[in-house]
Amino acid sequence: MSTGEIKRIIIIGAGQAGGETAQRLRQGGFDGEITLIGEEPAAPYQRPPLSKAYLKGDLDIDRLMLRPASVYVEEHIALLTKTRAVWIDRANRKVRIEGGRELPYDALILATGAKPRKLPLVGADLDGVHLFRTAADVDRVRERFVSGAKLIVIGAGYIGLEVAAVARQRGLDVTVVETAVRPLARVTSPEVAGFFLDEHARQGVRFVLGGQAALIKGSDRVTGVGLTDGAELPADLVIAGIGVTPDVAIAEQCGLTVSNGVVTDRQCRTSDPNIFAIGDCAARPMVHYGGRIARLESVHNAVEGAKIVAAVLTGGKEHAEEAPWFWSDQYDLKLQIAGLFQGYDQLVFRGVMADRAFAAFYYKGDKLIAVDAVNRPAEYLGAKMLIQTNRTLPPSVIEDMSRPMKELVASAR
Amino acid sequence: MPKITYIEHNGKEHVVEAPVGQTVMEAAVKHAVPGIDADCGGACACATCHVYVDPEWLAKTGEQNSMEQSMLDFANEVEDNSRLSCQIKVSEALDGLVVRLPKSQH
Repeated sequence: MSTGEIKRIIIIGAGQAGGETAQRLRQGGFDGEITLIGEEPAAPYQRPPLSKAYLKGDLDIDRLMLRPASVYVEEHIALLTKTRAVWIDRANRKVRIEGGRELPYDALILATGAKPRKLPLVGADLDGVHLFRTAADVDRVRERFVSGAKLIVIGAGYIGLEVAAVARQRGLDVTVVETAVRPLARVTSPEVAGFFLDEHARQGVRFVLGGQAALIKGSDRVTGVGLTDGAELPADLVIAGIGVTPDVAIAEQCGLTVSNGVVTDRQCRTSDPNIFAIGDCAARPMVHYGGRIARLESVHNAVEGAKIVAAVLTGGKEHAEEAPWFWSDQYDLKLQIAGLFQGYDQLVFRGVMADRAFAAFYYKGDKLIAVDAVNRPAEYLGAKMLIQTNRTLPPSVIEDMSRPMKELVASAR
Repeated sequence: MPKITYIEHNGKEHVVEAPVGQTVMEAAVKHAVPGIDADCGGACACATCHVYVDPEWLAKTGEQNSMEQSMLDFANEVEDNSRLSCQIKVSEALDGLVVRLPKSQH
């Protein structure tokens, strides 16, 4: 497939990955047809603020938008909102959308994202039980986010804890129920998780760790959550943040290789050379981690996928992959994460937790693989640069607070 | 609405109307000014919205905050008038602001 033959590009999924791709194709000089298909009513918007500033009410939907809706018109990007792609005919390179219309493509990009896991419980469809993925989900929650309301958050991942933080700041009564024995079990070390647990407890959040919800109680509206040990917690509002599953239905339908996400190569190309997959729905080789295939749920991954594919399709300069990065805002704590911590065998701290400003560096052997930095942007950016350039620093050096991070990074090999 | 001029490293100018209360970064991104990526959407997490504030405007745009300072420490081509544009809030007092974009963000 040479770039000159590509006249029609379809992007399925109008989240951040899809929206950024459309924009970057135009910036890269692609002047053919771009069709961006999304199920939500809005033009592409940023999801991270949903559980932060948007929930708090500090930002309205216009400020979440990647670009104003008018830009899609000006740039001749056909944005089909409230539209579901239902079928891909790979042999004839066509996408069928709900209602039966078929759209031909020369290159197709899957940016279908992920769907929040639903609580597999009796009562999960009661009024007052919410998932947390779209602006519409949060709009429904916001109406009931009032001081004194009893909120139960099920799941102590980043979304659950961010929601809990905003809820406490808004004066709600908050209990977090988590099946693991600690929060953030999937995403950070016990040490860093312990710091966030203590912080939330100090802020008045109650935790039920190792607890399992058994059913949601209520007749038309939720009134409580019953746990498997027989305990019952009263609730006016239940928010589930128990993870997402990649939306791979259409990829599976058309027979692409799928294994926890649509599997791609470094160029985000799927097992069909005319189809790419990016963002939460896709899994690609991690160049800084020995080429291991990973599916990341992050803004970094969404934007990077867009940059990679736009460069491939416009013949632009190849995108140099960044070390994965993430962030979470809770109370006055800004957690910034670089790299992938899975498989670490040593954890080294720079700074102390009691100062509410510290960084946890994860090593595998003598290689630095990740950092969790709390209110420590220099440590975050420094570690990110090291990982990106395949450099490391001995743990004894990184612990030395008498030397600024910038100086340490400059000395690294 | 205050007008802000963004000058790309190659000299190309973009004049944008920026709503009061939003940031200098947001106004640029919403008008697709090349050179301001702002991948993180203004969370001060990515340092891809670096700008040079025209010296005449430095007093009005205020000082770097400590988080911003740390991020800029690791950015490329940092100058005394470097700022992260996600940390500059648009106000009527900034009508006419001129910022330049670094080459490395091109």
